[in-house]
Amino acid sequence: MPSQRDDSQAQAAAPVHIAVDRAHANGTSTGIKIRARDVNVFYGDKQALFDVSLDVPEKSVTALIGPSGCGKSTFLRCINRMNDTIPGATVRGRIELDGEDVNDRSIDPVILRARVGMVFQKPNPFPKTIFENVAYGARIHGLTSSKAELEALVQTALKKAGLWGEVADRLHQPGTGLSGGQQQRLVIARAIAVSPEVILMDEPCSALDPIATARIEELIDELRNQYCIVIVTHSMAQAARVSQKTAFFHLGKLVEAGPTGEIFTNPRDSRTQDYITGRFG
Amino acid sequence: MLTWIALLALFLFSGATYAFGRRKAQALVRGQKGALHSLPGYHGSYVALWAGLPAALVVLAAAMFGGRMEAALLRADIPPAVAALQGQMQDVFFDDARALAHGGQASETAYDGDLRVALEAKAQQAKRLEQLIRYGALAAGAVLGLAGLALAYPRISPSFRARNRVEGWIAVLFIACAVTAILTTVGIVASLVWESWRFFQSVSPIDFLLGTDWDPQIAMRSDQYATKGAFGAVPLFVGTFLIMLIAMIVAAPIGLFSAIYLSEYARPLTRGVVKPLLEILAGVPTVVYGFFAALTVGPIFREGFNSLGRLMIGGPLDGLGVYLSQVQNQMALVAGAVMGIMLIPFVSSLSDDIMNAVPQSLRDGSLAMGATRSETVKKVVLPAALPGIMAAMLLAVSRAIGETMIVTMAAGLQAKTTLNPLDTVTTVTVQIVTLLTGDQEFDSPKTLSAFGLGLTLFVVTFILNVIALRIVQKYREQYD
Repeated sequence: MPSQRDDSQAQAAAPVHIAVDRAHANGTSTGIKIRARDVNVFYGDKQALFDVSLDVPEKSVTALIGPSGCGKSTFLRCINRMNDTIPGATVRGRIELDGEDVNDRSIDPVILRARVGMVFQKPNPFPKTIFENVAYGARIHGLTSSKAELEALVQTALKKAGLWGEVADRLHQPGTGLSGGQQQRLVIARAIAVSPEVILMDEPCSALDPIATARIEELIDELRNQYCIVIVTHSMAQAARVSQKTAFFHLGKLVEAGPTGEIFTNPRDSRTQDYITGRFG
Repeated sequence: MLTWIALLALFLFSGATYAFGRRKAQALVRGQKGALHSLPGYHGSYVALWAGLPAALVVLAAAMFGGRMEAALLRADIPPAVAALQGQMQDVFFDDARALAHGGQASETAYDGDLRVALEAKAQQAKRLEQLIRYGALAAGAVLGLAGLALAYPRISPSFRARNRVEGWIAVLFIACAVTAILTTVGIVASLVWESWRFFQSVSPIDFLLGTDWDPQIAMRSDQYATKGAFGAVPLFVGTFLIMLIAMIVAAPIGLFSAIYLSEYARPLTRGVVKPLLEILAGVPTVVYGFFAALTVGPIFREGFNSLGRLMIGGPLDGLGVYLSQVQNQMALVAGAVMGIMLIPFVSSLSDDIMNAVPQSLRDGSLAMGATRSETVKKVVLPAALPGIMAAMLLAVSRAIGETMIVTMAAGLQAKTTLNPLDTVTTVTVQIVTLLTGDQEFDSPKTLSAFGLGLTLFVVTFILNVIALRIVQKYREQYD
């Protein structure tokens, strides 16, 4: 695998980013799952991201924070190439998942997205039953060979998402009939069901009440043992609670990134300081 | 003409009273609008409505029903010479009197002696009545306008709830429009039922609905030789169904697939060009499709089948070959196929709108799961859009059932009970047209059968719509 070589090259070639991204310099995380280098994104003529370089560690939660329109969701959508679905969007730069460039021609976005799951801002269960929602990915990717296997897979995913107890007796009712918080956990179960390596979450709690939010946060904390999680959030308290690493974006640029504790107690950049103390954004 | 001038004058008068009412309301509170219950404009509108509306209604009523009133008043006293005439001749006499008075087309009846005198007298009376009604209405309008003004103007005061009154009038306007639509529908259905009932007195409904022989030519005079007439509508409904089926086999997949392309695959620029182009198809008059079917598609299809048939003659399918080699221009397949082309934009445009209404978040969710575009369409977008797509299809079906021109020109007029798409068939609508065009006697079973067909068609499409609504409802219950 070329990842070793790329690793050292990238470090040597981009010292600026290592200065910014303290987590890596301090060696607080074991492995790097996603490595972004000089990512620029354009929507038509408008540039949404400027030279973003960020390392996302394995089996931990990385929070992307910043004011609205700062590019954090755009960056998130680069990782599973969801920007491909937006007409006129172009992505430049290198994003590696386990050392492989996700934008490489040899990478099929369909397979990439099976490895990198995504949870959206608004819960978006399909207009199908709870069971069919969770079984969706398994069906399209042909993950199971028998009905019993599929049922087991659905059950495991729902259990991992902490939803099994609430829906076990109504698996064949529509997923859209659940409450907002349950829908969001259903969507997380749907993502987990295809055994992804990475789960991207785009403001997963912004449409939920505080109790539902607390449940999702608990869930994120449990899932971090098995998955690499990247979460975009508007709530700094949430970033502080759930993440181990935080990256602060502002006006399409990555301002600074590092262990969550350090970013919140001892930010280096004055803009980060201003944002987390609530002076803007 | 006089009516129009009167209405224009009323309009101007009403506008002026609006200004008066408005000014009075403003003057009452010396420009301090806060002291008024309603804005000055509402006070103005209140006065203008009372001054204009009742008067306008009277003038319009006189213009619409004045002629009938005149005719009725004219017949109030019938001169003895006229009373001696037969029933129908009396009608002709009064029509002629009015024609003489107003310079219209008179019948060719010759009137002598007493009748001539009576005619001239009645003509004079008609003239007087006409003027009486016309100027009477104008005078009544003027009085009503002034009375409305006199009634409404003094009511303006700061605490007067002019806004609520005007809102009430506006509600009445909307209710009146809604009631018009409903009453028209009721009227149409009533006339269908009434005329059909007359038809079913001479032809039994069972023979009509289950009979397989359609031959509506019957003798108009007793000495004329003609068939007795057969009114079995089965061949017509089979023909209608066959053509609808062929049209939907063409329109449903092509329309749906082009909708999928437009909403899920095409870039916005392409969509902006292709969608209007497709919708132009919906703007082509059906008669153009009709001669396209009859003069272009028909001969091509016949030629194709004929040469295919000639190739098959002598082979193992000799009989079929002989049949194919003799196929004619007019066939259900041509009419159905061309009608299908006509229906494509109905299906595609509606389905495209419906699929666009499916939230993008569902597509994103599916794509983010690693589904391909076509999997997303098949498993998420189409199921979510299904009720709307069903509605689009049923709309196309009812268009197909109601379509007349293409079938008249391309499918022939022969009533045959067949499901063979290469045969000539005829449909319910085509028969209605042929029954009611040209000089017809309006109380023979032949023409009345058109109403029977119309009623049956109405019932069929009504049931179809009810079923469609039920399906849509059931689906909604399941997913929303």
